[in-house]
This record gives sequence, structure tokens and C-alpha cells, in this order.
Amino acid sequence: MPAKTKYELKPGPATRESFGKALVELGTANPAVVVLDADLSKSTYTAEFGKQFPERFFECGIAEANMVAIGAGLAASGKIPFVSSFSAFVMNKGFEQLRVTAAFPNVNLKAVGTHSGISIGEDGPSQMSIEDLSLACSLAGFVVLSPADDVAMTKLVHAAAKYFGPLFIRAGRAKCPVIYGADQKFEIGKAIELVEGTDVTLIATGLLVAEAIRAADILEAEGISARVIDFHTIKPLDRDAIAKAAKETGAIVVAEEHLVDSGLGVRIAQVVAETHPAIMEFIGIHNTYAESGSPDELLDKYGFRASNVAAAARRAVARKKK
Amino acid sequence: MKKKSNPAELAAIAKQMRREVIEMITEAKSGHPGGSLSATEILVTLFMDVLRHDPANPKWKDRDRFILSKGHCCPILYAVMAECGYCPKDQLNTLRKLGSIYQGHPDVRFLPALEASTGSLGEGLSLGLGMALAAKLDKSPARAYVVLGDGEIQEGQVWESAMFGAMHHVDNIVAIVDHNKIQLDGFVADIMAVEPLAEKWRSFGWHVMDIDGHDIPTLQKAFAEAAETKGKPTCIIAETIKGKGVSFMENNPKFHGMAPTKDECALALKELA
Repeated sequence: MPAKTKYELKPGPATRESFGKALVELGTANPAVVVLDADLSKSTYTAEFGKQFPERFFECGIAEANMVAIGAGLAASGKIPFVSSFSAFVMNKGFEQLRVTAAFPNVNLKAVGTHSGISIGEDGPSQMSIEDLSLACSLAGFVVLSPADDVAMTKLVHAAAKYFGPLFIRAGRAKCPVIYGADQKFEIGKAIELVEGTDVTLIATGLLVAEAIRAADILEAEGISARVIDFHTIKPLDRDAIAKAAKETGAIVVAEEHLVDSGLGVRIAQVVAETHPAIMEFIGIHNTYAESGSPDELLDKYGFRASNVAAAARRAVARKKK
Repeated sequence: MKKKSNPAELAAIAKQMRREVIEMITEAKSGHPGGSLSATEILVTLFMDVLRHDPANPKWKDRDRFILSKGHCCPILYAVMAECGYCPKDQLNTLRKLGSIYQGHPDVRFLPALEASTGSLGEGLSLGLGMALAAKLDKSPARAYVVLGDGEIQEGQVWESAMFGAMHHVDNIVAIVDHNKIQLDGFVADIMAVEPLAEKWRSFGWHVMDIDGHDIPTLQKAFAEAAETKGKPTCIIAETIKGKGVSFMENNPKFHGMAPTKDECALALKELA
């Protein structure tokens, strides 16, 4: 099927790799940037920063709570610390420290969780973070970012370093298709409309953005005009983009690699309820933990494909007509 | 700030601080007198004699950092900071009241001269390590001083940070454990024993001194030794008495987290006259 959209979606690197690369650029540009890791630097891709800037890289061992609070101490003394681990560990094990030592005093700490969602594959549910967006959004004052590809991650890591305040970035292990051109501008809190459409809006974040673009192609062939919006910022939400989508398309599908009851979808629904009514459908993990398997097998089994997004869009459009 | 080093003068200030702590907590009708009174000489010695700081310029880059990791004992911190001139003495009696700069636990949003918001136990040493590392990166002479409770060190994070401090040779940090042997539910030895305390810290790679935490010349000597200790962090185990200075509060778990009545306050102030 020829793509209706302009997106070729060629294979690209995982966002964790893009994060590691951007950190090195930051390290060169800004001597205040320091990096802390908890024995996963080869997997989070912070190792290269450590190699190039050893005096600004602190290996904390398998002790995420301590890592986060040391980062907060460095931030309180004027540094720009990036603390990194698997999302399941930095967010869940460091949550109390993110709350009391970073969010509450509003220090300039950046937490980065890699290996988010179920697309990490074979390692299984203990390593999969399916609640990190929810936890991060529950930290008052935090900015929460969830980039969809290499360009998005690179630009948003730079934006994160420029922004003053506590912030969380969600990264993935799986390779992501390339969505953005190198000249794409990113602004924290400003969603990006990727595909124009009038019948339904597909709101997605992270790995699901590419699936939403593919879903728009499928729907176009069926005569359904689907708008696609990348919510790279989960908090603060782009309320205008949501209200506009609700008003102009009347139906919204939200797709995220996260528990469906506490992530981007429910946050969007809250804004829809506050601004303009719309039919909504949700793609996510439903009250369970996943399992071992290849990333592709897991994405198929748990319903994270373009076909799933398209099916949800059809349901939404049908409900709208009732 | 001009340092005060005369032990007799510092002891007189300590007594005054104890009176202010009792008055503040009585007025607030809640708070933690026991651990404020046990840590009094530690904080007075640090703020009056040891710390390099300037209350007129609280954000001076090269200042030493002080963190009260056992944040519930903030009445003594507020009293000492007010004595130094960081914040108004005449508002001490607004402790724990709506809008007060003297929040129930240290809160930098209300009192920016504080180095950290604490109150959730076990986190202060990590924060101090971060500040000490930043000082080293900046080639600053700044040092970090962190006061912990002996019950607090039951938190696992304290031992994560203890490992880190030794591993990374953070020799510009001093942990002071206020070893008053009592926590909220009772005696530390009965709740979750922490002994042998000095051996634990030593085995984690810290330079350890076990001293009388109420004897000002001993504290001064210990802080001087800490400053001279290179290559490893220092832990001072300060042997103290919970509720020190008020006979009916001393070694009494009840006054870990209970305010004195008006009558008890009067009695305490008489003893501290």
C-alpha cells in the first residue's frame, strides 16, 4: 500500500541510544552537566559520557534511591545532573527521592528512564516500566517527556538541559522508525501534528507514534481521515491541541505503551472533559503485566500495532455516528 | 560570620537554644523536643564555630553546607539559624503555623537559607554527598555536614550513601550520628538494633570517631580531625542523651515527638535558667 503520509518510517536507533549520544553533546557544550548511573550504563548508553567525561560521571552501583538524591544534591549546588537507569528502577525505586529531594524543593534534576514499556522484550515484566508516566506525572512540578524517535530524543534532551526544574524523560530499548527530519523544532509542552485529518484524532507517544502514522495510512485507504498528533510532552499537556482535536474531529484515540488506566490517555480524557466533549478510545496495557518474548511478538500480542490503533479509530468513528 | 570558639560561651548559647526549643514546641503544641535537645551542642558548635558561612550572604558559593537529615528536629536548627541571623528570632514561636517560615519539617520554599528540605528519613546523606561532589568539581573548599538520627540509619538508603562516600573518596563530608538511643516507638535497641555503630561505619570505609556529643571542646576537636582526614569521609558518632537538659525529658521516649504542656514548659525553663 503506498503511503498517503509523507513518512517513510525508515529504521532508526532506539531512543536510549539517541539519549546517550545527546548526553555527550551536552557534556561538550556545558560543563555543568553531570551524569549518574546505577550499574546499567552500557544499557542506558550513558557509558560514552562516562568515558569522555570521567570526572563528571558518577557510578552509583545498584542503589537508585541514593543515586537520585545525590543528583538532587548536585542540582542544589548548581549542576545539571542526569540520573539514569531502567525506567522501572529509577522511577519506582527512586520515586520517594524524586518526590522529596527533587520535586518538592524544585531542584534542577533530570531523571531518564530507559527500557520503558513492554517492547524491551525477553527480560520480562520485572524490567518493564508500564507505570513510569503515571508516577512521573504525579510528581508536582515535574515536566514529563516521551520522545518518539532519534531526532525527538536528541532535541528534547537538549531542551531538558536548558529548562530549569525537575524533569523526566522516557526512553525505550527497541529501535524506532525515523519520523522527524533533522530540522524539526521541539518545544516542551507543544504537541506536534504529524498528519492532518478530520474524522478522528490519533494521539500517541513514544514508540506508538509511528504505529499511529501507519494506522492513519490504513484508515485513509478506507476513507477515514485521521489526524495524528505526537504528544512528546506528557506534562504539561498541550491543552489547545487536545481541545482543537476534540472540537474538529469529535473522536480521539490515545495510544501509549503504558498502563491504560494511569497514563497519557486518562490525562487527555481529563482535558477533553474540561474543554470539549469527544468520543474516546484507548490503546495500552490493561491491568496486567506482560511476559518474556521478542519485542515484535509482545507488541503483537498486547495490541500495540497500527492495526490495533486503526481498529480503535473505526470504533470511535462508529460511536460518533450513533 | 565571626566565629565563636570559647566553649563556655558556646555552652551558654546552647542553654539559650534549649530554652527557645522548649518555648517554640510548647507554643506549637506539637513537635519533637527530645532529638532537638540531644543535637543542641552539635548544631551550636557547627554553626557558631565550625561552618564557613555568611548569614548575610546565604547563597555564597563556597559556603559549607549543613543538612539536618533528621528533619523532625528542626526546632533546634531554626533556633540556631535565627541566632546566627539567617532568620527572625521573633517569629520562632510561629513554628508549625500556617504561613510560617518555620515549617514542621525543613522546607526550602519557606526558608530559602536552608540547604535542603528534609523530613523523609534517610535522604540527607545522599544530598550532602551531591553537594560535596559539586564542591570538588568546582574546586571549592566547601564541605558538607549532615546530622542523622540513630533511628534514621535503619533506612537502607543511608548505607547506599555510606558505600558511595567511601568508594568515591568524598573526604569533604562529615556525617554526624546523633546517638541518643531513642526513636518514636521506643528504644532503638528494642525497635531495630543498630549496634555496633562505630564498627558498621568503619567497615563501610569511613573514618570514625565515637565521642561525647554534649562536650563542646570534644566536638570542636572531632570536627578539626575530620577536616584533616583525607581520602575518606568522616563519621562522628555523637553519644548523646535524648531530651538533654530537661530532667523529665531525658531518656524518655515520650518526648521524642510530644510537646510539653504549659506546666512542663515552665518546669523545663526553670531547669534551663
